[in-house]
Amino acid sequence: VSGGAIEVVEREFGELALNMGPQHPSTHGVLRLVLHLKGETVVKAVPMIGYLHRGVEKLSEHLAYDQLAPVYERDDYLAPTANSNAYVLAVERLGGIEVPRRAKWMRAFVSEWQRISSHLVWLGTLGLDLGGALGGGTTLYMYCFREREKILDFLEELTGTRFHTNFNLIGGARYDLDAAMAAKSNRLAEGLEAALPELYAMSGSNPIFVERTQGVGVISKDLAQGVGVTGPSLRASGIAYDVRKAAPYDAYDELSFQIVTREAGDAEARFQVRFEELSVSLLLVREIADGLPAGPIFTRKPLKNPKATKLPKGEVYAAVESPRGELGFHIVSDGSARPYRLKINAPSFKNLQVVPHILPGGLVADVVAILGSLDPVLGDVDR
Amino acid sequence: MSALLTGWTGALAFSVVVLAVAMTCVAYMTWLERKVAARMQNRIGPYEVGFPHGWLQPLADIAKLIVKEDITPRSADKVLYNLAPVLVVAPALIGFAFIPVGQGLAVVDHPYSFLFFTAFASLTLLGIFAAGWSSNNKYALLSALRMVAMAASYEVPMILALLVPALLAGSFQLTALVEAQRGLWFLFYPVVGQLAFGVFFLCALAEGNKSPLDILDAESELIAAYNVEYSGIKFAVFYAGEYAHTLAICGVAATVFLGGYLGPAFLPGFVWLALKCVALFLFILWVRWSLMRLRIDQAIRLNWMVLLPAALLNLLLAAFWVVRT
Repeated sequence: VSGGAIEVVEREFGELALNMGPQHPSTHGVLRLVLHLKGETVVKAVPMIGYLHRGVEKLSEHLAYDQLAPVYERDDYLAPTANSNAYVLAVERLGGIEVPRRAKWMRAFVSEWQRISSHLVWLGTLGLDLGGALGGGTTLYMYCFREREKILDFLEELTGTRFHTNFNLIGGARYDLDAAMAAKSNRLAEGLEAALPELYAMSGSNPIFVERTQGVGVISKDLAQGVGVTGPSLRASGIAYDVRKAAPYDAYDELSFQIVTREAGDAEARFQVRFEELSVSLLLVREIADGLPAGPIFTRKPLKNPKATKLPKGEVYAAVESPRGELGFHIVSDGSARPYRLKINAPSFKNLQVVPHILPGGLVADVVAILGSLDPVLGDVDR
Repeated sequence: MSALLTGWTGALAFSVVVLAVAMTCVAYMTWLERKVAARMQNRIGPYEVGFPHGWLQPLADIAKLIVKEDITPRSADKVLYNLAPVLVVAPALIGFAFIPVGQGLAVVDHPYSFLFFTAFASLTLLGIFAAGWSSNNKYALLSALRMVAMAASYEVPMILALLVPALLAGSFQLTALVEAQRGLWFLFYPVVGQLAFGVFFLCALAEGNKSPLDILDAESELIAAYNVEYSGIKFAVFYAGEYAHTLAICGVAATVFLGGYLGPAFLPGFVWLALKCVALFLFILWVRWSLMRLRIDQAIRLNWMVLLPAALLNLLLAAFWVVRT
């Protein structure tokens, strides 16, 4: 919809066409929504994406397999290791590369810590959407970032990098966890468990927060399956699909954890699912830190040449459960050291497809509540 | 003292002093708010400009906003666009003229000063609507439309709640209202006092655009609301107008519910008034920085379904109380 088309909407339909984004405080980056409004009620919503397109898939065709993992960590910039984890899984599956058991556990360990940090960012930004930068929302945001900061500090101590840890290697993991760090991880998890009630008091048990989210942006089971909603947003609609259980990867077949689901499918259900996943992930990191099997984390021959890894001809798809849902990498190999074609199956993109279906009928204030509850990351949408 | 204030020169001098004090207070309210919000959020807040604790920050902010580029959108209604900041700030400042700072000591001590105050406090909304309408921006327009809906709703219970102290004192003169609280502050009258204060406080949050009722300032939805197109000094004037309005509301709440300048004699009356205003402002900040924002339909439902019936019932109770005693 160009500028001219906005005028057409207003002239022909008597509706106010409101251009929300790409520069807007509540579009989680550079999402653009063209809203057709009658008064404050949304009649139609057209999402427009591509403002953060960086051509990652095309770039993949020009880099060697061993150079690519850090590139994908920039895709979903709230949970970097989930991206590289899915990528190395795909490469290992196609190349038949063996991964030591300890490395599998370590991958799950870092993934879960980043899931927690990602969910904390989501909770904080949902607070910003509902409460605004000049209100209680910022306070919740600051509390979430205070907790997240501790996780980033811990990851920095473990990997040398706060965020884009470049943790996953083809055939293993890059950094190991010693006993002192495991104890530190457990202490950190304990502290976070103690902080969760405080965060819940500011959000889930606050009557205004509940008023704003209950019954807002309901995604029915049919709609969720029809559009391809994934991750916590799908589980909030009552479908217990989690890649960690449905197609276990890393060490998830050896770990015991629950899938969190809700039936309502509204913004509040999505909030509750994510919030409960915080506790589930905290239990998981403690389980991993306590039960980490002995052994090496990397058994492949050290690479002399960064372009040494060659995959056999063929196709492969591997997926992980990123904090936003099923994140998959589809690699087509022609037998060389570079992918012939690489396609990223991005969860934020799939979740965003539901937006035109659930925004109409709500108010402008509901738009930001729904977007916040879907937790899109535009780097993941546009790639 | 009051002899000095008679005549034109006296009134002029008095109003200049009140204005200067009020504007300084407004500047330092922004600093206080940033400090309190920061403390609530595990931050430090302004720290660098001025020792200790960045106390020169408001001056730095004003200087910055004065030298910033002042932009008028090409398709804006120029006259109204430039007039709107004045329309917001002037009525809020006029409101200070009615607030008594000592026994029989107010710039304007009119028998109906209470009514005048409420009338002027409502006039700021005219300026806000002018800004939202004249900017020719859809977000500003939406904010202005929200303002109309909110003002039309929240003015009613606010006036009804403010009628209770007037009824209890038997006067519309703010100085007389304070004197009537020598025995007991109106806030502490059983049931009626607390109910009236509660309704008034919620309405004041709505009128002053404070969370959870900052519907027209909802910057996560409307970017920056009615002042989205304003920059530089005009933005600063809006900002000052908003805080002046909040301060005036705190002042009148302290006057009609908390006994205004009354207090133990070891401090002068205006200090007591200032302390009560600061206490009320801190209470507003506490609410503001803790709660999420209501949606507009929920805010208006809260008004018509809860606040208005409560205010009406309370007025009836207060009338009953007055007749009984």
